[in-house]
This record gives sequence, structure tokens and C-alpha cells, in this order.
Amino acid sequence: MAQQTVTIKQRSASSYRAGAFMGRFTVNAVLVVFSLICLVPVLLVLSASLSTETAISQFGYTLLPVQFSTAAYEYILAQPQRIMNAYVVTSIVTVTGTVCGLTVMSLLAYSISRQRFALRKPLSFYIFFTLLFNGGLIPFYLFVSQTLKLKDNPLILILPYLVSVWNVLLLRTSFQSLPEELLDAARIDGANEWRIFFQIAIPMSTPVLATVALFTMLSYWNDWWMSLLFINNKSLYSIQFLLYNIMQGLEAMNATPEIAARYGGNLPTLTVRMAMAFFAIGPVAFAYLFLQKYFIRGITIGSLK
Amino acid sequence: MAISSGSMARSAVPVGSAPRKSFWSRLKLFLDKNGTFMLMALPGAALVFIFAYAPMPGIVIAFKDLKFNLGVWGSPWVGLNNFGYLIATPLTGRVLFNTLFMNTLFIVTGTAGAIGVALLMNEVHGKFRGRVYQSAMFFPNFISIVVVSYFVFAFLSTDQGLVNNVLKSFGVEPLQWYSSPEYWPVILVIVNIWKGVGVGSIIYLATIVSINPEFYEAAKIDGANKLDQIRYITLPLLIPVITILTLLAIGRIFYADFGLFFIVTRDTPALYPTTDVIDTFVFRGLRQLGDIGMTAAAGLTQSVIGFILVIIANLVVRKVDPEKSLF
Repeated sequence: MAQQTVTIKQRSASSYRAGAFMGRFTVNAVLVVFSLICLVPVLLVLSASLSTETAISQFGYTLLPVQFSTAAYEYILAQPQRIMNAYVVTSIVTVTGTVCGLTVMSLLAYSISRQRFALRKPLSFYIFFTLLFNGGLIPFYLFVSQTLKLKDNPLILILPYLVSVWNVLLLRTSFQSLPEELLDAARIDGANEWRIFFQIAIPMSTPVLATVALFTMLSYWNDWWMSLLFINNKSLYSIQFLLYNIMQGLEAMNATPEIAARYGGNLPTLTVRMAMAFFAIGPVAFAYLFLQKYFIRGITIGSLK
Repeated sequence: MAISSGSMARSAVPVGSAPRKSFWSRLKLFLDKNGTFMLMALPGAALVFIFAYAPMPGIVIAFKDLKFNLGVWGSPWVGLNNFGYLIATPLTGRVLFNTLFMNTLFIVTGTAGAIGVALLMNEVHGKFRGRVYQSAMFFPNFISIVVVSYFVFAFLSTDQGLVNNVLKSFGVEPLQWYSSPEYWPVILVIVNIWKGVGVGSIIYLATIVSINPEFYEAAKIDGANKLDQIRYITLPLLIPVITILTLLAIGRIFYADFGLFFIVTRDTPALYPTTDVIDTFVFRGLRQLGDIGMTAAAGLTQSVIGFILVIIANLVVRKVDPEKSLF
């Protein structure tokens, strides 16, 4: 009798362990599959860009290159003006926008985070109200193009994204949590608000600043919307807008005659397209590897407010 | 307010500084206290003014017959005519339906997917492994929608797409994806899940992690297995968060993700029956000049209804959990 209960107990324990193992296995299997699905398209594009044109037109896009070739990249690098120009435009816009945006947003967020600022409440309302109501696309378009006359002006790629209300919200929350006694101590020592801002508030908020910097960088690097609305001048095409135009067939593969001759009229459009896409992903993927912890933290703070 | 009431109080005093001077000295005091903060806020506040507030008067275009040579303010008023045209256009019903239908699909599938991923992530115990999964699942959020359209094209292109290759290898007739609108609600739902579920899971995971572990221990003693625990402990405790996020999403149900519907579909007219939404409709109106008044009316309607919905949603959220509401 006693022996029986022991065996039963043992069995149930081992079957429980087996069940737990199966459970863990299933959990990990599902997550591995989903993680792969998240990354597979990158592989597809990379593989397409590293195949020969004939392999693509014969076998279609595959997950691994059927006939390995770097022809698409050679083709792009043989006449790099267009992609280089887009890179230059995007880089200048991204760097300028991130530096200026971070400055403008932290100053704004700092001011509305301070209890002693009499206009804190109306100013906060003024800023956050824009999340609730906006005039819509057509008034915005007409105002920028007719009143500000910023069509085909590189400033329009930068200015509208300098202040992102969500990022101001993030920064304000962070500045609000600064210990007031510390700031008061600095004030007693004769520090003015500028000094407190630059020498205390900013150094103590580096994690949130890094997060906001990352979000701002991404929003500039990935932007195509302002270009779609306001840019016609090809020398002002950003990398995303160039890609968009290539996908829409609006931008031909314009080869110089000698390059066209080298390919015998069969320009490698299918592979070059994908290689161009890879040029746009490359820097972001690289940055992602280093900055993802800020990204995760930023979303967590943002979603929990 | 504070300034004027202050100067009124002063003016009641018969001798001493005149009210005028008192106003200026008060202003000076105010600026001494707040001037630095005002200066700090100025560049940001000015940008918000230029790009958010200054265009707002332009909504009057919805009530005008816009002539570009006369400008916004010189164009003649036409009352509610533009709204009349909008109601009369058969496209309006389609656009409205697509916007609401697709956003509803996104809310339901996105929420379910995000909760599913959060539940799974909660069972992962290796810290490193969890990091790897999250890195992979957040990656799509880093990619611009233009690049996503390349991914989708690599899968769905009629002649070279991966999906048609697979179909062919099973002997199934390849499909013309970019001219078959009936498949696009599903395609866009998949793209939306692919792009958003990893990031969407974070808030649910944060909530799950904060659940008191004693609940689970007690349940284990009572013989509850993992699924029972999820069903009777985790999901009920997630309901407040689900409610709040869903309400906030409903508040934005009249706004479509323009990139998803315009760039990923490559703005293919054949796909409009299922993919034309308010935002793409308004954008087209802007491009193909002529019916700009009508599309401005559509845009204004969207803004106003969207505003009302956000307000209502927030009032309800505030009832559920005051900390989570926007205002």
C-alpha cells in the first residue's frame, strides 16, 4: 500500500516534469519561429541582391542565393552618385535634426517639468492638445507650400519633426523625477536655471536622452512622408524617398550608355532593386545592434508613462 | 490673470505707486521668475505653433471652392457644398468602411498577438534567450515602411515572388497578388502583426511580470496547470490594461496608417476596393487637384470625429484608471 502511493507519486512527478519540459519546448519553439519570421524578409532581400539577374528571373526570389553574384552591388557602385547623394541628404537631415530636436525638446520639456514655472500648465496643455486635434493634411500642405513656401527646401525635411510631442512627454516625465532638493541646493549656490539644466538635469537624464535621440534619429532616417509631400527636386531625394520612387517605377535605373552597353541592354533591375533596399537597411540594422537596449527601455517608459 | 488681479488690488490703495507702474513692476517680477523658463520653451513652442496651430485656420477650405489663383482666403465660400459632394460620392462609403473595418481587424489581431507573445515571453527563463527573442521581434519596428514594401514585393511579386514560387512547386496556379483586392485585408493584417506585435507585447509583459507570484503559488497548490493559471489569473488581471489600450485605439479608429495602405500596396488602383482608406483618399485628392474642397471636407470630418472619439475614449479610460488617461 505504502509502496504503491510512492510509485504513483513518483510517476506523477516525472510526468509533471515531462509536461513542463514539453511546455518549455513549445514556448521556445513558437518564439524561435516567430523571431525567424521577423528576420526572414531581410534574408530574402539580401539573398535576392546577391543573386544573378538570370537566376531571379528564372527561379524568383529565394531565401538563399541560387547563383551567387555581387553584380547588383557592382552595378550600383559603378555609378554611385544617386545613392551617395541620397545618403548625404539623409545623413545631414538626420544629424542636424537629431541634434537640434534633442536640444529643443529637452529645453521645452525641462521648462514644463518645473513646478516653479508659472506657465507650466497652460504650456503643457498647448503642447499636448496637438495630440488630440490637428487641422489635417490639406491645411498643413497648403500652409507649408503657400505660406511658408518650403517646397523643395531641405528645411521642410527637418523642421516638422524637431518637436515630437510623445518624446517631450518622455523627457518631461524624466525631468519631473529629478530630486528637487538637489536643484534647490544648486540654486542656493547661485546656479541659474541654464546651469542647472546643462550641468544637473541633462547629465542625470542620459538614459532617456539616449532613447529620445534614438527615436528621433529613426524618425529622420526612415522618413519619406515630407519628401512625398514637398520634394520634387531629385538632388534632395532622401534614401527612403529614392527607394520609394524606384519601387513605384518612377525612378528609372538610368544607366550611362557605357554601363548599359556592358550589360548588353539587360540591366539587372530585379537584383539592383533589392540591393538598394539593403543599402537603406544596413545602417539601421547596425545601429540597432548597439542601441536596442535604449529602444526597449524607451518603449517601456513610454507605454507605462 | 494673476497680473491683472494684482494690479486691481494695488489700485485700491490710495497712496503709493500708480496702477500702471504696479503692472510693469509685477510684469518684471513675473519675468524675473519665469523669463528663463519662457526662453527655454520658446523654440519648441514656436515650432509647435508653426506646424500644428498655424495651419489650423486652413480648415476653412472645407467650406470654400478653392481657386489656386485666388488663394485660400480669396476663394469663394460655398457653405456645406463640399460636404454634400462628399456624401454623394459612392467612394465615401467604401473609404469609411475600409478604414473602420481594417482598424478593427488591426486592434483585434494586434491585441491578441501582443498578449500571446507576452504570455510566451513570460515563460522564457534564460535572460540571454529572452534578449535574443526580443531583439528579433522588435527589429521590424526599426524598418521604414518603404523597405517593408520591398519585403512584401519580394514575397508577392507575380513572376518572382516567393509565395508564387511555393505555390508553383505545389502545382497551384500562381496568383496576381497586386491585382486581387480580396486578399489584401489578410496581407495587411499579417504585415501589421509582423511589424507591431513584438513591440506591442512589451506593455502586457510588464503587467504580467508585476503580478504577485503568490497568486500562482496558491493556484499550483490547488492543482492548477499552466493553462489554468493563464486563464484564471493572468488574463483576468490583464483586462484593465487591455481595456485601456483598446479604448485608446478606438479613439484613433478614424485614422489609418497611411504608410501601410499607400506604400505597401504600392498605391495600386486595382486594390482600392479593399485598401482605400480616409488618409489615402485625402492624399489622392491633394494630388489630383480639382476636388480639393471635397477632400478637405473629408479631412475635417476625420479630424472632428477623431477628436470627439479621443475625448470620449479618454473620459472612459479615466473612469477605469485615472493614471492611464492622457488628460
